[in-house]
Amino acid sequence: MSLNTQPNIADADGFYAALLAAHRGLTEAESHAMNARLVLVLANHVGSRAVLDQALALARGESRP
Amino acid sequence: MPYDYRPFPYVAPPGLNGPEPRHKVIIVGAGPVGLALAIDLANHGVPSVVLDDNNVVSVGSRAICWSKRSLEILDRLGVGEQAVTKGVTWKVGRTFHRDAEVFNFDLLPEAGHKMPAFVNLQQYYVEEYLVARAQALPLIDLRFKNKVVGVAQHGSHASVTVETPDGSYALEAEWVVACDGARSPLRGMLGLDFDGELFEERFLIADIEMQRDGVPERWFWFEPEFHAGQSALLHKQPDNIYRIDLQLGWDANPEAERQPERVIPRIAKVVGHADFRLDWVSVYTFQCRRLTRFVEDRVIFIGDAAHVVSPFGARGGNGGLQDVDALGWRLAAVVLGSAPPDALAAFDRERCFGADENILNSARSTRFMSPEPGVERLFRDAVLDLAGRADFARPMVNSGRLSRPCVYPMPDAPDVAALPAASRPGAVAPDAPLGNGWLCEALGRGFVLLGCGVDVPKVAGTTPLRVVGGAEIRARYLGDAAGAVYLVRPDQVVAARWLAPAAAEVAATLRAVQEGRL
Repeated sequence: MSLNTQPNIADADGFYAALLAAHRGLTEAESHAMNARLVLVLANHVGSRAVLDQALALARGESRP
Repeated sequence: MPYDYRPFPYVAPPGLNGPEPRHKVIIVGAGPVGLALAIDLANHGVPSVVLDDNNVVSVGSRAICWSKRSLEILDRLGVGEQAVTKGVTWKVGRTFHRDAEVFNFDLLPEAGHKMPAFVNLQQYYVEEYLVARAQALPLIDLRFKNKVVGVAQHGSHASVTVETPDGSYALEAEWVVACDGARSPLRGMLGLDFDGELFEERFLIADIEMQRDGVPERWFWFEPEFHAGQSALLHKQPDNIYRIDLQLGWDANPEAERQPERVIPRIAKVVGHADFRLDWVSVYTFQCRRLTRFVEDRVIFIGDAAHVVSPFGARGGNGGLQDVDALGWRLAAVVLGSAPPDALAAFDRERCFGADENILNSARSTRFMSPEPGVERLFRDAVLDLAGRADFARPMVNSGRLSRPCVYPMPDAPDVAALPAASRPGAVAPDAPLGNGWLCEALGRGFVLLGCGVDVPKVAGTTPLRVVGGAEIRARYLGDAAGAVYLVRPDQVVAARWLAPAAAEVAATLRAVQEGRL
C-alpha cells in the first residue's frame, strides 16, 4: 500500500474549517498538544507502517508526491 | 526481617605460596552472572576459579525481576525451584496517569510451562543459592576477598594480579571472563570504553518492609499526585519487602536524596502511611551502552561488565544470564578442545545482537518515562492523555517492555517454514509437559536431537530424545506436520529443524554450529 496524496476529502474547505474550529479558544501550547493527539489518532487509523513512513517523509519535506 | 548478610569465609589461596598451574578459566566477579557461568562450565566438565573482591552477597536487592527464561537457566544450574519457591510470582501490571488507571496487562502465562512468566526475588537470595550450589561442585574454586588489580594478555592465555588480605599473587588462565559489573575494573584496566547513551535522569531506588494486603502486582505511575510531574514504580518482593523507584530529575542531589529524612516522607506519600522500615536506598542514573565487542583476545566480558541498560524492563540481570547461556557451552567446548577458539565469535555475534535488543527497548522506555522537553514531552503526554480513553494508545504507554529472550538471527539454519514460529531456529526451545516432568529438564546438557512424533537418525555428538506429541508439543513443535526433528543446542536454543533429515545432514549442521558458523 502507498500513501494517497490525491484529493480524498469530499468537502476539503469544510474539513479545513472544522480543523481550525477545533483549535479555537486553545492556547498555542494546548493547540500543539491537540495536534499531537490528532497525529496519534490518525496514525493509528492508517495503521500501515509503510504508509506512515511515507507520510512522515512527506511532512518533513524529504520527498515529493 | 532484614536479610542476614553472613560473610563467606576467606581462605588463603595456594598462589600466595608459589605459582599455581595455569587454570582453564578465571571468572572475575561472584555476582549472579559469574556464579552462573562457573556452574554452567562445571556442568560441562570445565573447572574454573572464581575471584571476588568481597565476601558477602549483593548488598541491597538490586536485580529483582527474574524472567521465565532466567528461571529456566537457573533451573538447569540447580537453583530454579528454590528461586520460584522463595520468589513472588506475579503477572499483573497496572499503569496509572495522575491518579487514574490508564492501562493494565496480565502476562497471562501460557499453560504447560514449568516456569512462571516472572518472579521477583532479591539478588542476594539468587546469589546465596548460587554460592551454595557452586561450593558443592568440586570443579569450582570460589575465592572471596580476592581482588583483581591487574590483567595482561599473552596471546594464548591471560594473567591477573590478585590482592588478598595476606598479600598479592599472580594467576594465569587460558581464558579470563569479566563478570565484574557495570563499573567493571577489568574493562578499565584494558582501557575499553562503552558506546551509547547516558540519560540525564536520576532515580531513587528504595526497598521498604511493610505489611500490605492484596495480590502482588507491578504498579507504575506517570505524574502521580504524590510525586508531581515524575514517575514511580512499586513492586513486591519476598519477606514483605517492596521495591520503590522514584524519578528525581537530573538536578537532584544524589547525596541529599538518599538521606532517610528525605526518603521516608517521599515513600510515605507513595504508600499512604509511614508504617514501614527502610531497608536499602540507592540513587542511580541511566545508561544504555555496550562494549563494541565482548571477546577481547583472552578476556571475555559478560553481564553488566559488557553492557548496561536502564532498569525498567528487567533486562540487566536477565540479559546477563542469557550471556552465560550463550557463552558457557561454547567456552567449555573450546577449553575441552572440541571446538576452535573462533567458535566464540558466534557468542559475540549473538550476544551483541541480544544486548542491542535490550538497549533498544530500554532506551525507548527511558525516553518515554523521561522525555526531553519540547516535542518528546508533547507526544508522551498525548499518549498518556489518550490512553485513558482510546485502546490504541495503551500499547504506546511504555513503562518498561519486560525481558523476553531474543530470537537469534539464523538465516542459514535448516528450517521448515510450515512448522510453528515459536520453535524456529534461533528461538529458545519452548517448554512443554513431558511425562511426569518437563521438556526443558530433558534439554540443556549437550546437543539433543529431538524427534517429535518421529524417530531421529543416529548422529555422533547428539543425544536422541523421542517424544510423543501431546497438545503442547503439537502446538509448539509440529503445527500440521506429522513429525519433525529438532537439533537443540546445550543452551536450549533451536539450532535447526527438519521433517525427516538424513544423518549426514544433521551431522554437517551440528559441526557448523559447534564451529560457530551457524
